[in-house]
Amino acid sequence: MKNFGFKISASRQLDMDTIQSDLYEKLIQLEPTAKRCLMCGACAATCTAAEINGFNFRYCHLLMKRGILDNLAKELSKCMLCGKCYMVCPREINTRSIILKMKALMTETTPKHYSL
Amino acid sequence: MERKFWKNYQKDIPDNNYYYERSCIRQSFFPGSETTFLRIVGDVLGKQIEDDQNLHTCTGIGYHADVVPFETTQTIIARLFSLMSEKGYRNFVPSCVTSFGLLNEVVETWKHFPEELQQTRDFLKQATGREFEIPEYITHPCDIIYKFRKELKEKMRFQIVNQKTGEPLRVVEHIGCHYSKVFPQAVIGSAEFPQVLAGMVEEWGGQVIDYPERRHCCGFGFRHYLIMANRGYSIANSRKKFESMEPYHPDFIVTNCPGCTMFLDRWQYTIKEMEGKTYDKQGNGIPVLTYEEMTGLLLGFNPWDLGLQLHQISAEPLLDKIGIPYDKEQKYLGKSGKIIDFKGF
Ligand code: SF4
Ligand code: SF4
Repeated sequence: MKNFGFKISASRQLDMDTIQSDLYEKLIQLEPTAKRCLMCGACAATCTAAEINGFNFRYCHLLMKRGILDNLAKELSKCMLCGKCYMVCPREINTRSIILKMKALMTETTPKHYSL
Repeated sequence: MERKFWKNYQKDIPDNNYYYERSCIRQSFFPGSETTFLRIVGDVLGKQIEDDQNLHTCTGIGYHADVVPFETTQTIIARLFSLMSEKGYRNFVPSCVTSFGLLNEVVETWKHFPEELQQTRDFLKQATGREFEIPEYITHPCDIIYKFRKELKEKMRFQIVNQKTGEPLRVVEHIGCHYSKVFPQAVIGSAEFPQVLAGMVEEWGGQVIDYPERRHCCGFGFRHYLIMANRGYSIANSRKKFESMEPYHPDFIVTNCPGCTMFLDRWQYTIKEMEGKTYDKQGNGIPVLTYEEMTGLLLGFNPWDLGLQLHQISAEPLLDKIGIPYDKEQKYLGKSGKIIDFKGF
């Protein structure tokens, strides 16, 4: 096979019919306010932890929603649970509760991802 | 009500007196296409079309690669318009889809920001002493072929039909993003139902394939391709389209954009070399034509005059399907009368 100096990038398209959605569905049952998130990013823009370790609530929420779980437990461990994001969220989403529920879900059902 | 709504998807196309702007990249990628268009409009349809020797770039590639500032682009396009005005034309016909998108972008900018227009007039005057008129129509050549598709059909020797089975050939029509997605209102059928190539194919006997990634980008994407490290994104986009169209067994692909023709053609070869994969049953690849080549072939022009020998995917299997005669020996016959020998390349 010839080498042209570049590779064919893998597609990052998600097939919403086949992604792992069970954890997100459980999350919505445990914390229904998660459904209201409009992914504006105000939470991430306010986060103190973001300044230190790049934590991003919105990103974690999206990862679970899209069933991309490989790095999620590690990402969640960066939150210091101060609750500042809860105060700025325009949809009054209980972000802190969602982070705790996501952590619990990752531990409970997919221990291989849990590497705090 | 229905009619009124559909009016949003229509476009006025002038019926004569065209000022043609050749494309920088098409003249090297598929050089036969532009000559073929001039022949179709001038000789076959008997229209007035100007092929001005003094034209130059629209800056499209440099602009989209972020190396040419917008002020420069506007002034250079103003110079193109000044050449048109000088010759007394009002209908600007840019061969390239990127020029088409960029000319519309500039004219639209001037509508909303008259100070930009004034600045461009000043720049052009200072730099060249020239003045210009904004064209009444900016029309892409494919719009003109589409407009006269019925007249052309009457003059055609062939149809997009398999000569052995009598079945219509299955055609993927691919519209350039800079034609239909930058200013959808400037396009027949808008970005939602671009009709320009589908209209030609259906009028001339073919069957258009409606496959899932029909409106996906071809993968050119300018910076994706221009920087070698990014080419993996470019080819990944093309592959997505090929994989999506493969189950529908297209006989050929037709496009209206230089980049799309280039990349849908060349990337098939590259994917074959990198992964050993081809997207047709015979393992030859799916031939890719420009709409001028398609029109010229059906009118009975010599395939080698159209420049089909410059395609990566060989067009001969398609010519055989339609029943278009060609002389194998003349494929690489140069202007000098000698066969061009590629051994030294
Ligand atoms: S601020 Fe609220 S709505 Fe905005 S992304 Fe964060 S959680 Fe979602
Ligand atoms: S609770 Fe976590 S995500 Fe929200 S502001 Fe505090 S550290 Fe950031």
